[in-house]
Amino acid sequence: MPTRQKFDLELEELRANILDMGNLVNQQIALAVSSLINQNLELANSIVVKDLDLNDLQAIIEETCILLIATQQPFARDLRKLVAGFKISIYLERMGDLSVDLAKLTIRIGQDELIKPLVDIPRMSALVQKMINIGLRAYVDEDCGAAAEMALMDDEIDKIYSGVFGELRTIMMEDPNKVTQANYLLFASRFLERLGDYCTNIAEEIVYICNGKRMDLNE
Amino acid sequence: MDKIVVNKLDLFYGDQQALNNIGIAMKERSVTALIGPSGCGKSTFLRTLNRMQDLIPSVKIMGQVKIDGQDIYVAGTDVVLLRKKVGMVFQNPNPFPKSVFENVAYGPRIHGESDKKKLSEIVETSLKDAALWNEVKDRLHESALGLSGGQQQRLCIARLLAVGPEILLMDEPTSALDPISTMKIEELISELKDKYTIIIVTHNMHQASRVSDRTAFFLSGDLIEEDVTSVLFTRPAKKKTEDYISGRFG
Repeated sequence: MPTRQKFDLELEELRANILDMGNLVNQQIALAVSSLINQNLELANSIVVKDLDLNDLQAIIEETCILLIATQQPFARDLRKLVAGFKISIYLERMGDLSVDLAKLTIRIGQDELIKPLVDIPRMSALVQKMINIGLRAYVDEDCGAAAEMALMDDEIDKIYSGVFGELRTIMMEDPNKVTQANYLLFASRFLERLGDYCTNIAEEIVYICNGKRMDLNE
Repeated sequence: MDKIVVNKLDLFYGDQQALNNIGIAMKERSVTALIGPSGCGKSTFLRTLNRMQDLIPSVKIMGQVKIDGQDIYVAGTDVVLLRKKVGMVFQNPNPFPKSVFENVAYGPRIHGESDKKKLSEIVETSLKDAALWNEVKDRLHESALGLSGGQQQRLCIARLLAVGPEILLMDEPTSALDPISTMKIEELISELKDKYTIIIVTHNMHQASRVSDRTAFFLSGDLIEEDVTSVLFTRPAKKKTEDYISGRFG
């Protein structure tokens, strides 16, 4: 097989692995939030275990990127795809870790009665998942516009987080018995806010693949 | 400051056009790499910069090549002086079958230098500038043909430096060398850049990306794109450049 053709196939394989990783992260986030809402400890524990698959996938992607940079010595868009692919895999791995952190909050809260109905946390989760879906599509299509559009959604997540923060602070001030769980829920919303930031980072990598420019989409 | 300015340069070998309307400026004390597939015109272009193409009878050249503001193609240009100012290193090292000393002293001698002390100084300085002195200082009067390929190429560079050029043209100077010798030449190019304007033709794109400040991509006699090297190799503006540096053709 001609070298260039083989390289294209290897790049395609890398992209497929990143997509698998993105889909798995999305699933982990959805399940982690579901475990929190439904106080499902078994589900929470399964998320912790499943994270190992994400770590393995990230290691494979990292190894592939290093090998292709060393053997193909790429330039231009090929190089950008490898550098961005490597960074996206790191962001996705950290997003997986945050899903585990969310699941561990479910385990900490256990079967204690929830101090409030969880409304905003599922909203944040839905937005994060939407960002990931748009991001994965933008990554496949190398669609700069979709990536920028996706990054804008992070503002909405930040706004909700700010509201949740205020609400939980009030609860803590009003009833010291609720401080522990309120803290856990505050952490949960913070983790989701961080997930939104990682999605924005991924959007920046997609823009970099498209035009080679480094743009701060967090602003 | 621009050392070389080329404007609307066309070159024909007989009826066949080898360079089409080339326009490019090269800054003083910088390294410009010329890349492109075989037959794209990059070596032809290089040789127009010291009128080496004049040696081919069927060549016809139109347009301007200005060095320090002077068009080198106007009637009355002293090509010997031009080639002293714009020296050239070739793909294969080509030392004379003489001693190391005589190789370097040859140029100054034919340009009229006969003072032995002065010649010795020129030889030592040139060999030092070519990063070869430490390796040959104890065998200056032995045959240059006994040196390794990499040493011979650096000797050719020393021979060039001895006549006091301002511009160094290098036509694939490392293509016949092993990786260590290549690295030494690349290091030398980085050092020589402080004093000279260097234009290097290379098929090794990683070499171009390592040693040059700007890179020009030629294809079928056209200058497709010229830009800062780091930009050209990470986000080229033209698809043809992208395809070439990504190994899709050439």
